[in-house]
Formats: sequence, C-alpha cells, structure tokens
Amino acid sequence: MSNVFIAFQANEEARPIVEAILADNPGAKVDRSPALIKIDVPHKLTIRRQTIERLTGQPFDLQQIQVNLVTLSGHLDEDDDQFTLSWKH
Amino acid sequence: MDTRVLKRKLGLKERYAAMTRGLGWETTYQPMDQVFPYDKYEGIKIHDWDAWQDPFRLTMDAYWKYQGEKERKLYAVIDAFAQNNGFLGVSDARYVNALKLFIQGVSPLEYYAHRGFAHVGRAFRGEGARVACQMQSIDELRHYQTETHAISTYNKYFNGMHHANHWFDRVWFLSVPKSFFEDACTAGPFEFLTSVSFSFEYVLTNLLFVPFMSGAAHNGDMSTVTFGFSAQSDESRHMTLGIECIKFMLEQDEGNVPIVQRWIDKWFWRGYRLLTIVAMMQDYMLPKRGLSWKEAWEMYAEANGGALFKDLARYGIREPRGWADACDGKHHISHQAWNTFYNYAAAAPFHTWIPSDEELDWLSQKYPDSFDHYYRPLFEYFRDQQQAGNRFYNKNLPMLCTTCQIPMLFTEPGDPTRICYRESHYEGDTYHFCSDHCKSVFDHEPEKYVQSWLPVHQIYQGHCFKPGVDPTAPGFDPLAAVLDYYELQFGRDNLDFEGSEDQRNFARWRSGAA
Repeated sequence: MSNVFIAFQANEEARPIVEAILADNPGAKVDRSPALIKIDVPHKLTIRRQTIERLTGQPFDLQQIQVNLVTLSGHLDEDDDQFTLSWKH
Repeated sequence: MDTRVLKRKLGLKERYAAMTRGLGWETTYQPMDQVFPYDKYEGIKIHDWDAWQDPFRLTMDAYWKYQGEKERKLYAVIDAFAQNNGFLGVSDARYVNALKLFIQGVSPLEYYAHRGFAHVGRAFRGEGARVACQMQSIDELRHYQTETHAISTYNKYFNGMHHANHWFDRVWFLSVPKSFFEDACTAGPFEFLTSVSFSFEYVLTNLLFVPFMSGAAHNGDMSTVTFGFSAQSDESRHMTLGIECIKFMLEQDEGNVPIVQRWIDKWFWRGYRLLTIVAMMQDYMLPKRGLSWKEAWEMYAEANGGALFKDLARYGIREPRGWADACDGKHHISHQAWNTFYNYAAAAPFHTWIPSDEELDWLSQKYPDSFDHYYRPLFEYFRDQQQAGNRFYNKNLPMLCTTCQIPMLFTEPGDPTRICYRESHYEGDTYHFCSDHCKSVFDHEPEKYVQSWLPVHQIYQGHCFKPGVDPTAPGFDPLAAVLDYYELQFGRDNLDFEGSEDQRNFARWRSGAA
C-alpha cells in the first residue's frame, strides 16, 4: 500500500487544516521541515470542511486550501464537503 | 418586511459543469478538423471530450479570487524583503549562486510553459481541457513575473543576474533547459501535455520546488521560499491536470496506451536529465544543509513516482524505461555536475568553489556508497591545486549529447569509473549520446534532433562571435570572443567565489562597513 501526501506552507492559515487532517485520518504522519509541513497517510487522505469549521468556529470553503497548498500526490476527488486523495492500487 | 429568500447555491460539481461545459459549439462554416487541425495527427483517439474533468473543479471566478489572494500575500513578502535588505540575512553569499542558476535556467522555462499552454489550449476541441490550459498558461506567466520580481532585489547587489534572458538564448549550459522546452513546444498538443503536465509537473517538479525551497528558507531567503511555494501551489493544480490528462487519454481508447507509454519513457528521461542542475544546487549550493538530493529523490521520485506507476499499471502502463538508471544515478549526478561546472567556471556566469571540510563530511555521510570513493579525493585534489596556485580552468569545449545537450559527464549505470558514450548514424553523420535513453529518443525521431542547436558545434562553426570578429587574426582567443558574445563580464560574473567581487561586497556589507 502506497502513501498519499499533501504539504502546506507552515503558517497560521494552514494550522487548522493540518489539525483537521490529523483528527480525521488515523495513521497520518507529519514531517516538518523549514517553512513546510508534509503529511503522509497510507492509501487515502481526507480533508473535511466540518472538522476545520469546528476547529476555527468560522465558515470554510475547501477551495481556500489552494492558497497555502504546496504539493500533493494521488488522485483527487473534491466537492463542497470533502477533499480526498487516494491511490487505486 | 420582506423576508429574503436565500437561493440555494449550486454545489461545486454543478458549478464546474455550468462554467466549463457548453462553451464550445460544432462549427458550420468550416469543418471541425480544420478549426482544430492539431488534435488528431499524433494518433491519440478521443471519443468523448466531456469525460475530461478537472478534479479541483476550479472555475474562472474562483481562479481569479484565489490567485489574487496568493499574489497579495507574495508581494507583501517580496516588498518587506527588499525594504529591509533581506539579502543581508542569507546564510552565506555562495547561496546567491543558486539564485543565479534559477533566474538563468528555470524562470525562462516558466515563460516557455506560458506560451506552450496558450498554444495547446487553442488546439483542443474539448472545452474542459481548454479552460484548464488557459488557467495554466496564466499561472506560468505569473511564475515568470514573480520570480523575476523576487530575484530583482538580488540583482541590485550581486553579479551574474543582469543578463539572464540574453544568456538563456546563448550560453552553452542554458541550451539544456531551453532545448527541453523547445522539444516539448514543437511536439503535438497531447505530447506537450504528457511532457510538461505529466512527466515534468507530476513526476519531477516536487524535486525542484519542495526540498530546494525549504532549503532556501533554511538559508534565510524568505523571498525565494515565498515565490517558490506560491508557484508550487499552482503546480499542485498542474500536477492534478497532468495525471488527469494521462488517465483521460488512457481511458478514451486502448490504442492510445502504447503512444502514451513511449512519451512517458521519453519525457521522464528528458526531465530527469534536466534536473541534474537541481541535484547540484541541492547538494552544493545550499550552505546550510537540509535534505540531500538522494534523500529528495527517494522521497519524491522513488516513493511517490513508484506509487503512481503502480497505479497506472491497471491501464497497461509501466515505469518509464530509464527508471532504474535514474535511481542508480542518485548516488552520482550532483557530484558529477559540480565537478563539471568547477572545471568550466571560466565560461559560466556564476561562481564555483570546493566545499569546506565540514561540507565534504556532510556529503560523505549522505552518500556513503559513492562520495568517499569516487568524488571526495577529486575535490580534495582540486583544492590542493588551487591552494598551490594552480587553479585549472578548462578552456576546451566538451562533447555534448545530441538529445539532452549536456556535456558527456555521466557514467555507465553500475560503473561510475567509465563515462557513458552511445552513438547513432543518420544520413552519413554520427551523433553522440550520454545514455541509452537519450539515444533512443533520437532514434525514434532523428529528423527532429538533427536540427538541434548544439552550443559547442555552433562555437566551432563560428556562430558565437560578435559581428566583425576575425578568428584568423594573430593571437585570437576563442573563449574571450565567445564570452564577449555572451556579454558575460570576465572576472565579475564567472570564476571562483573565492576572491570574487560578490564575496568582498557581502563581507563588507555584513560587517557594516558600507
């Protein structure tokens, strides 16, 4: 089983997104290097709008993650409520 | 009082459909094949253009909104960096030489990508693909501009950046990135997407924009890391377009599979060769060290690229042909490239140096299977020679690979003691290559690559001197004449960092004497 990953700039806007990923994806592994946070999850990674909203107390549009996104891997499926990366093998 | 009834907004998927579909029409004055003359000749068969989906489902309105936000954040940082003399905070002035390579060799590629996507965006008859290419074309122009703006503050203080566009069209090693993109832009539209969106963006750009940029942050260069990550946030979208485009071609027709496989083989290898310079930047030009090239390769190419090719196996796609040789090269290419540039430092507009003992120790530790045995003794010998007053600058011109245009500096896979040479014969001439894979690219389309503008050949043919130069004049110095044609300032833009104007200036500014 391969990992999928996503990486963000290490900043305040990305913090609740990272926290939401860690809460919703058991097995997530965080790798911090200067200015960068990379999260690896085996096979599949989901970001849920509701979890971010619960953490920040504000409405969140998942497309906002584009602003601090650095890179990702896997096939993407996105709608208004979730953003999922996965491998199919 | 009227109660306002909130209209239910369309969901993301419906919004994407509403704003990217139905924008095109079947032409009636002219047949569709004449309006879109380029999207069939490569042999790729498309039965249903509506199957094209941008998984980000980005529509034009959202695109402008988020891009605007990225720009505001980026320019706040660039301004703050320039206003506060941020360049004085970088770890060591040697680092700036990595930025010289960036503005000389990478930024012009963004401009080529901008033009390439504008061109292929016009070529596809499917609207979804056209919208995605249009956005990417604008992104690439943004990258070229923001990189130029971010690096312009360094250009005020350091040599080697003042003539980057002029150099890109002339200087010998810059023909490597230039020829990569000219090869892609002169291919058909589907091959262009495979080369740039898939092989380059998806499989390889992480290696340029992620570990190197994190290294820039580690070296105190806030301006570069910010433009790097701002560009890379667009790359995430481009990578997604790349994988989508591959899946789209593979799902549309079984007959597309072998065509796409051949393009993947070719463009993986072309991209891998192009990244040699990035390997060298990562291992030699970041004075404060982070990931080695080998570690970055293992993380982003072997682990992530490996997963991708396992996933594409269900379509009948295998790993690119050069994969094993590329993985073997992770122990060697950064050292072989630095050795070459150190030798040719008189002819390139940036500075070189022998790493300090501490840096050599770091390389020994990161490259246990190769560095101490093959490369460290070489660098220590060069240092001894330099200290004894015998710094040798190679003024002979190297043999180039006809495909990737890199001097013959790579060794045989599995034997780092022998330079790898291959050749092919075509219409009575002999052509030389650095590897089986560059040879195979040529052998498939010799009529294309015999036209390559190879800098060494051009110099020998007398095409790289200023008008009026007489190579038969007594005492003629060919290297000086070529550097004059490049408009490279001898003794300022080139040679060793040790003793350079950059070194003196930076030390003076840092000590507050100026």
